[in-house]
Amino acid sequence: MVRGRCVRIRTHPIIDFPKRKQLSFCFQKKRLVGEEGDTIASALHAAGIRTLTTSLKYDNPRGFFCGIGKCSSCLMRVNGIPNVRICIAPLKEGICVEMQDKLARLPVAEFFGEPTKTLDFDVLVVGAGPAGLCAALESASRNAPVLLVDENQCLGGQLVKQTHKFFGSREERAGTRGIDIAKDLECELHRLQREGKIQVMTDATVIGYYESKNRHRFGVVKRCEYKSRLYDVRCKAVILACGAMENMLLFPGNDLPGVYGAGAVQTLMNVYGVKPGDRVLMVGAGNVGLIVSYQLLQAGIMVDRVVEAAPVIGGYHVHAAKLRRCGVPIFTSHSIKEVYGDEKVEGAIVVKLDEQWKPVKGSEEDVPCDTICLAVGLTPSTRLLSQIGVDLEFIPEAGGYVALHDESMQTSVRGVYVAGDASGIEEASTAMIEGKIAGLAAAMQLGRIRKKNLLVQYQNQLSQLRAGPFGEKPRIAKEKIAKHVEIGHV
Amino acid sequence: MCEYEKTGVLSITDLQLPTGKQLEKGVAILECVEEIPCNPCVESCPVHAISMKDINAPPVNDFERCIGCTKCIGICPGLAIFVVKVKGEKARVTLPYEFVPAPKVGNVVKALDRIGVVRGEGLVTKVVKQGKTLVVTIEIDGKYAMDIRNIRV
Ligand SMILES: Cc1cc2nc3c(=O)[nH]c(=O)nc-3n(C[C@H](O)[C@H](O)[C@H](O)COP(=O)(O)OP(=O)(O)OC[C@H]3O[C@@H](n4cnc5c(N)ncnc54)[C@H](O)[C@@H]3O)c2cc1C
Ligand code: SF4
Ligand code: SF4
Ligand code: FES
Repeated sequence: MVRGRCVRIRTHPIIDFPKRKQLSFCFQKKRLVGEEGDTIASALHAAGIRTLTTSLKYDNPRGFFCGIGKCSSCLMRVNGIPNVRICIAPLKEGICVEMQDKLARLPVAEFFGEPTKTLDFDVLVVGAGPAGLCAALESASRNAPVLLVDENQCLGGQLVKQTHKFFGSREERAGTRGIDIAKDLECELHRLQREGKIQVMTDATVIGYYESKNRHRFGVVKRCEYKSRLYDVRCKAVILACGAMENMLLFPGNDLPGVYGAGAVQTLMNVYGVKPGDRVLMVGAGNVGLIVSYQLLQAGIMVDRVVEAAPVIGGYHVHAAKLRRCGVPIFTSHSIKEVYGDEKVEGAIVVKLDEQWKPVKGSEEDVPCDTICLAVGLTPSTRLLSQIGVDLEFIPEAGGYVALHDESMQTSVRGVYVAGDASGIEEASTAMIEGKIAGLAAAMQLGRIRKKNLLVQYQNQLSQLRAGPFGEKPRIAKEKIAKHVEIGHV
Repeated sequence: MCEYEKTGVLSITDLQLPTGKQLEKGVAILECVEEIPCNPCVESCPVHAISMKDINAPPVNDFERCIGCTKCIGICPGLAIFVVKVKGEKARVTLPYEFVPAPKVGNVVKALDRIGVVRGEGLVTKVVKQGKTLVVTIEIDGKYAMDIRNIRV
């Protein structure tokens, strides 16, 4: 068992972490203590446990990676039920958590606790990040009954960890922190919930698309006490706002516990108040890498340096400047060669790159650290879209395969919409507007609203945000998507 | 390629600079030079000193209009605005601060430059809370007026 010194964050300049009720649970037959509101992963991490499983073939120790339920590197057995993604599973008093042996057996009897239930809605929204929340609000306030499903225990997607103030204009709530925007959206949602216009299902995953006549039909697995219940959900329109997955980087040692995605690090410290480590090496100087580095400093964690393979910093200068004036160096044209350590990260070898992005011999530098944070881009989550059978296209500027969609965010299948990172990697402000467009368009398709001017207003807002040099990538991506759609029509 | 794109550090020549007289009055230095979609500084200014051609253009301060009120500091999501006021041998720099512990009036803090190097000490003369961002004024040696951009408590 690997134990490091990982502690709870008690004082923070932006977030209040009040002392919460203690919950005791059992891990590998030992009694541990976590806090109310923890996931199993954050409780284990706070207790200094980083190794959650071992690899199937070589028995290498493995920790978690994405921290948001997307990568399956954190599967454990909870109360006898295998394959629980503990990074999104809430901690409960008295549970029993175990490392599972290799491939788990499916305990059929314990699995589906209750019979399948059928639900019928006008609009199903998959994902309650900024895109999904805005889509749900927009449809529901036009009197189209909405079911909003998210696999996390809390709403807000990536917003709940974004403690920095947003850019943009007043319409995009510039100057307001992501966490506060999430709270406001949730408030609005609760109001519509009270009016019976929205139903919300958390701890629930939309697992697949199924055959149905003149309706879209999805299977949804709702988790309760680590058991699952299957819902058969039918809808006239669906908005897929499933977000994105963190990219991995290839280097020896990238599977050691302590190599984490930036999203995992941000979630652990800003949502659960648990320090991911004591000394971090950040890989990637895009906005995510720069912002998460700064937030690490705010949580009282040392950031040794940021390395970036490109010759220039990819993120906003203002984010880089914040880090630099705290004394954190940023090394452009540098990358990570390997990570070493005995069962956990103990350090990394960093190397300079030449103009051809090839390692410069003799430039290796040993950087002792206990955490490697990868902020090397995101890939849109398109698995459900691809199963539905919408037209997908590989568009590098969008981050990978994305669903082709028109200006109202509708895909090649009628009634199937996309929004946010799932339709191409961008940022929260644009995700919110795309969500509004999709939600409004779905309500229009269902005949709940006719006037088009609001839709046009949202579309103009989007093009304004994308007009500058930092909007170039999404602009190109969306132009390519539009071109593919046009060709498709001919 | 500009040097700051590689280093993340602006040099004085990247900035729009006020005259000595304007510095004596106290004005906002906008250390925001890229075209990013952002404009709350423009909206926050009570005397309409800050302007930009469109939301992606970098902000420009009309130093004649600016009254050094520091309102724009706490709203700026880039934490990129600093009000500098020179008075004889001393200078007062007002900057955004988002760390614990919070500085208190009367504290003597370390004064850091754009790469986080300690260049001297500063006396905290004012602390205002704008949301969760602290807007802190320190008094420093006047010759570092255009260098000191951070503090360590
Ligand atoms: C570490 C990190 C930092 C970032 N920082 C910033 C930032 O500072 N500023 C910024 O503007 N952008 C940032 N981004 C980009 C960010 O992805 C967007 O800002 C924004 O969150 C995208 O919104 P979204 O609604 O598309 O996706 P998300 O916010 O990711 O929401 C998607 C939601 O869908 C749920 N979901 C997915 N699949 C299913 C399923 N099958 N069933 C049920 N639920 C499902 C997920 O649980 C999640 O809650 C960051 C991203 C990451 C990973
Ligand atoms: S300091 Fe006050 S007057 Fe000067 S630009 Fe900022 S808000 Fe305007
Ligand atoms: S608010 Fe700050 S980051 Fe935004 S444009 Fe103004 S100075 Fe730049
Ligand atoms: S799914 Fe839990 S760490 Fe990725």
